[in-house]
Amino acid sequence: MSHPNKKRLRRSMMFLNCQKPGLIKDPYIYNPDSIMLDLEDAVAESQKDAARYSLFHALQEIDYRGVERVVRINGLDTPHWKEDIRVCVAGGADTIRIAKTECAQDVHTVEEHVLAAEKEFGRPEGSTLLMAALESCNGVLHALEVCKSSDRLIGIALSGGDYTKDLQTVITGTGVELMGARQQMIIAARAAGVQCWDTVFTNLDDMESFEKETRMIKMMGFDGKSLVNPRQIAVVHQIFTPTQKEIIFSEKVVKEIDEKKALGIGVFTVDGKMIDIAFYDGAKRTIALAKASGVYEGDL
Amino acid sequence: MEVKKAAMAGTLESSDAQVTVEPGNGTIELSIESSVIHQFGKQIKAVVLDTLGRLDVESAKITVVDKGALDCTLKARVECAVYRSNDVIENLPWGGVIK
Amino acid sequence: MINAVGREIPEEVLKATGKEPFKGAYAYDNYEYTKAAPKARTMMDPKRSKMVESIHEALVKCEIKDGMTISFHHHFREGDYVVNMVMEEIHNMGIKNLTICASSLGKANDPIVAYIEDGTIVGIQSSGVRGKIGEAISTGKLKDLAIMRSHGGRVRAVESGEVQIDIAFIGAPTCDEYGNMRANGGKSDCGVLSYAMVDAQYANRVVAITDCLVPFPNIPASISMTNVDFVCVVDEIGNPAKIATGAAKPTTDVRKIMMADYCTQFVINTPYFKDGFSYQTGVGGASIASTISLGKIMEERGIRMGLGLGGITTPMCDLLAKGLVNKLVDTQDFDMGAIESIKTNPNHIEISASEYADPFNKGAYVNKLDFVILASLEVDVNFNCNVVVGSDGMITGAQGGHPDTAAGAKCTIVIAPLLQGRIPAICSNVTTVTTPGETVDVVITDYGIAINPRRQDLIACMKDVKLPFCTIEELRDKAYAIVGEPSPVQFGDRVVGVIEGRDGTIMDVVREIKEYEFRD
Repeated sequence: MSHPNKKRLRRSMMFLNCQKPGLIKDPYIYNPDSIMLDLEDAVAESQKDAARYSLFHALQEIDYRGVERVVRINGLDTPHWKEDIRVCVAGGADTIRIAKTECAQDVHTVEEHVLAAEKEFGRPEGSTLLMAALESCNGVLHALEVCKSSDRLIGIALSGGDYTKDLQTVITGTGVELMGARQQMIIAARAAGVQCWDTVFTNLDDMESFEKETRMIKMMGFDGKSLVNPRQIAVVHQIFTPTQKEIIFSEKVVKEIDEKKALGIGVFTVDGKMIDIAFYDGAKRTIALAKASGVYEGDL
Repeated sequence: MEVKKAAMAGTLESSDAQVTVEPGNGTIELSIESSVIHQFGKQIKAVVLDTLGRLDVESAKITVVDKGALDCTLKARVECAVYRSNDVIENLPWGGVIK
Repeated sequence: MINAVGREIPEEVLKATGKEPFKGAYAYDNYEYTKAAPKARTMMDPKRSKMVESIHEALVKCEIKDGMTISFHHHFREGDYVVNMVMEEIHNMGIKNLTICASSLGKANDPIVAYIEDGTIVGIQSSGVRGKIGEAISTGKLKDLAIMRSHGGRVRAVESGEVQIDIAFIGAPTCDEYGNMRANGGKSDCGVLSYAMVDAQYANRVVAITDCLVPFPNIPASISMTNVDFVCVVDEIGNPAKIATGAAKPTTDVRKIMMADYCTQFVINTPYFKDGFSYQTGVGGASIASTISLGKIMEERGIRMGLGLGGITTPMCDLLAKGLVNKLVDTQDFDMGAIESIKTNPNHIEISASEYADPFNKGAYVNKLDFVILASLEVDVNFNCNVVVGSDGMITGAQGGHPDTAAGAKCTIVIAPLLQGRIPAICSNVTTVTTPGETVDVVITDYGIAINPRRQDLIACMKDVKLPFCTIEELRDKAYAIVGEPSPVQFGDRVVGVIEGRDGTIMDVVREIKEYEFRD
């Protein structure tokens, strides 16, 4: 039985610098699905230790009101990641985001230390979830094995900045440089039955392009996006909120399938569209999304 | 724990606190400056002393310059300064004396 | 004696000031009184000039002497040079024991602290004080009690003779040699001269100070020559860059935008939101954002504002320009956009502070407000607001039109983020009461919205509205759960200031600040 939160809604995953008390004290006000408390890039090398104390007490003492608490730990090529894992597990983080994941073995390595920490700090074994950030060509090419690497793994996230460097290009704003990685990753994630998140969009003055990119990744099948500012949350949520038309259709599909199944009918039509059991999960997902977005008033 | 050398943690940004620890002369010598001293002076003092007590620090000079930090931040800064004064950054007792 | 907002007003303060404790926001309705009148000097000889060579000459001709009350306006805001210029000259003349009666004083006037310290100034009556003057009062340096009045309350004090201004110094962006003053057309435009109008009418002597002398007649005049004794030309009356800043960029702070959206949703779900409604808002980021978001809904629904009132900012002028507002009625301009608008748009109109907010005239604009959107440093569980004294006990703000508009509007909305650093905005007891809770209807925070239980009608309106409603006590409890319960400020015993209700009663007192002591 996998973790009950493994598939929770994660449209918006907002980065916050662990070293900034003003940022981490009440980000739930903005209603992100997840916050990603950062021990990695946002924290200066000389403050890695300080950030951990802040993280520990924040995890222990701040009521994040149901927002998922992900912690981004330092890469496996640094001296910091082992202590990062200890503090995450001791503090009770929901999920650990592994930076710069190259292959399944990286996930296994982290998992091993997480398990040890769960034992050390008396946390239930398997309670800490993992997600992997793919930040290199090698990592992206190993997407499928990473997705399948662990039962704790909730999904993979693209980290576009480092990835485009490795690709010997830059973020162009056209999305063309990320197209291959995005496709590869979402396909791998779906093949393995895990979630998939798009990279950050850092130009806060260009909300229009941010919106466009969010629409595109939603069409591609992504579950959500890593975010750098609370301004981006509402936009993502709005784009991921099903339309009334979609909700009504999905509601009919779910109800009809439930009904027809009992009568032994496999294929039928809803609003002139051919429907069979293959539509069921998608329609259920739409209803769940509508509920999470606060726009569903039906009885499903 | 002994405060072996001067060490500092935290910043002077809003909602943060800067804590400096220095070796003491057998007692706790605490000085607190805070932008919210009237409302929270008592609470800040109690949190700092409690944290030092948990860490078993009995001799130190502590200077806190508080900019409206919450208790969780105050604890984090005090602990960080004390462990830095001992050059300890790994295998910390999370959930033990740090809690 | 405990007043109607539950504040203890010491007997000696009541005795010393001759004032009554606050009895309720409308206790003086229909009250009869005799208006004061100034001692005026005639001007019959057409050969005599009003022009003086210097501030010094003006002071001499006005027969300045110890113990007088002099007045200033604050239309030049943080760019004001007039107060410092006049006070420096008075100080050089060795005059003592003056009382300053200003519409407000800001950080630009920090230099006059030296004159408080040396006894040149012994009394300050103002909407409020910021910066070093506030610190000087809070640390007990001012000899007399400081009196903080709302904009409307100040007009009342002047009209009723509670304060008699001996000399009014009125900085004017343009003026002619006979004293006709206008707020526009010079190098230091401030848009309107509303606060100075009452001074011109009621002061014994009136001195116009300008840096832009224009040919006679400078009309239509904000302040007429008929009330002006002398005209003095100086190099600069203010720093234009600080008088009117460029329009503030709409906030990108999500918290403020969220509170603004709550505010707009609230407004449009009240029965007052209909064609011809009247509205006033402040200059805070959330207030401006709510004006912008309300404008969008007005456009969509074809609802126009009949009256836009108050201190004016660009977003209100934008609504006027779009034809979404019938009349913009103005007592103060906060940015270039507002000044530009009043120069060019015939439906943007200057009024006096009396017309704006005076509780003792025969009806002020504030009484016709449907909505006012305000900010507050603190709000207590009885909806009392504090906008003057910081949570550290230091005088740091101004009443402005806060109590006037709150008392006048049908729906008074206060927007405040629940926490400012560690300081909770919603608390059990405000440090000092400036605006009584009976006049405050709704408090909007980032953590939820509380409607004053006195307004069951508004609570009923909002029954099916999807906003995060809760009680004011719940807001306070949420705040205290995060930051802890604050202790009250440790004040000294001496009363250094009085917060005057708009009707002249005592709302609260401000005590001397004192160094914090750890008590075990």
